[in-house]
Amino acid sequence: MPVSEREGQTLWKRRSGRESLFHWILWLIGITIFALCWQRISAVTTWYFVWDAPTIAGDIWSRATPPKWEYITQLGRPIWDTLNIATLGTIIALILAVPVAFLAARNTTPSVLLIRPIALLIIVATRSINALIWALLLIAIIGPGVFAGVVAIAIRSIGFCAKLLYEAIEEIDESQVEAITATGASRWQVMAYGIVPQILPALAGIAVFRWDINIRESTVLGLVGAGGIGLQLSSSLNVLAWPQVSLILLVILAAVVISEWVSAKVRGAII
Amino acid sequence: MSNPTSPSPDTELSTLLGKPWRKPPFIKRAGLRWMLILGFAAYLIAAVLTIEVNWSRVYDGLERGKQFVLAFASPDFTTRSSDIWGGMLESIIMTVVASVVGIAISIPIALGAARNIAPLPVYVICRAIIAISRSLQEIIVAILLVAIFGFGPLAGFLTLSFATIGFLSKLLAEDIESMDKVQSEAVRASGARWLQWINYGVQPQVMPRLIGLAIYRIDINFRESAILGLVGAGGIGATLNTAFDRYEYDTAAAILLIIIVIVMAMEYLSGVIRARVQ
Repeated sequence: MPVSEREGQTLWKRRSGRESLFHWILWLIGITIFALCWQRISAVTTWYFVWDAPTIAGDIWSRATPPKWEYITQLGRPIWDTLNIATLGTIIALILAVPVAFLAARNTTPSVLLIRPIALLIIVATRSINALIWALLLIAIIGPGVFAGVVAIAIRSIGFCAKLLYEAIEEIDESQVEAITATGASRWQVMAYGIVPQILPALAGIAVFRWDINIRESTVLGLVGAGGIGLQLSSSLNVLAWPQVSLILLVILAAVVISEWVSAKVRGAII
Repeated sequence: MSNPTSPSPDTELSTLLGKPWRKPPFIKRAGLRWMLILGFAAYLIAAVLTIEVNWSRVYDGLERGKQFVLAFASPDFTTRSSDIWGGMLESIIMTVVASVVGIAISIPIALGAARNIAPLPVYVICRAIIAISRSLQEIIVAILLVAIFGFGPLAGFLTLSFATIGFLSKLLAEDIESMDKVQSEAVRASGARWLQWINYGVQPQVMPRLIGLAIYRIDINFRESAILGLVGAGGIGATLNTAFDRYEYDTAAAILLIIIVIVMAMEYLSGVIRARVQ
């Protein structure tokens, strides 16, 4: 126990001298990096605009309120599109994620050395690139529209779903698999009766969880032209129609809250 | 003697004998199951029918898709190297500053949002801050902040900090709420002041979780910083957007590869660190 002597008494200390020196140096390095980074940001910032920000914010607020409520009649179709992008994207992603997950899980993969790394690479590559970037790419390839949004959401979700699913597969109870194998079942029968029933609740939970995230993401996909309510947001922003912007933001907020509520309810019912 | 209202094990067995085994359905109530299936099928048909796909455009695009996939085989790091490195550096700087500031702000908010530490009024305010931060997406916050603060990494930094607060405070507050009361009471019984109580009774218990969450959030912040450039909030996104607009797929592939490599490296690092502290 590190102690220090003071006025003939031993006092408890949290760290020994060497440990506190080490901590001090770590803090010094961290703060130096932070200061250097902040300097870079500060150097490229027009501070005049920042000091002006409260006035600008007040100005935008006064333009944006009250929201243009009658504009909601034009938002029906975009909301429907947004919902479709999220739902169809999730379904396609699940269909593609299930085989990837089985190939990536240690206990079901046909080859640990060859196929598992490829499956893991698919998972990482699709997961680390945001849906907006996938949408940008797909718009360049297949043209703007809802379809590009669906595919972007689907690709982005593969990695997420497959990662959670293969972790669930790796945690299954092996004794059930063995029992099915002992009855003389084939490889596919073992999968269908030994593994799938064990991961089905996890799969349903992942699907609903990802659907909730996808609703959020699909609301902004339109900013790059991939359909949904984001298209209306971007065109309203371009013409500086702030009352429409505030209404769209309220609608998006409502969609996010509702989808989160639905997903929490469904997951509560499953688990 | 068997209970007359429920079938005895013998009769239950005899009704089952001779019938083939069937998989139990996922949803037990048949009516609900069919209603869900039919409703979902109807929705799917409606959804697919309303999506307009211009197949000839898709077919034309396949050639460009092929070019893009091939570009991954020969990514071009050199032609726009100054733009790429400048953008990457800005993304990393935004990530670092936003993570530090975001984590520093979210710790007091997490303390306020833990019901076993904070009084009710503070709790309600902190939970409201978390709810607002969590329900607004990064990109929308970035649009508003760019409109207010002007283009550049400052808006991106503020966006990421704001998003960090909602994520980190919520999860940290849940961890504080589920901490062991005995240790913190022991520290309090020794006559500790409030700050000492937090520092010696609460902090050691939640520190591993805080470090794990912080590293995870740095990872997310970097990924998000890659898209903030699309709306003018600094970072690599602007370069990426330009590359796509000009059909320079080899440059775009190079940027995407760098992002993937950095994310993979950070994921690996965060796994190692989280395994060490937990």
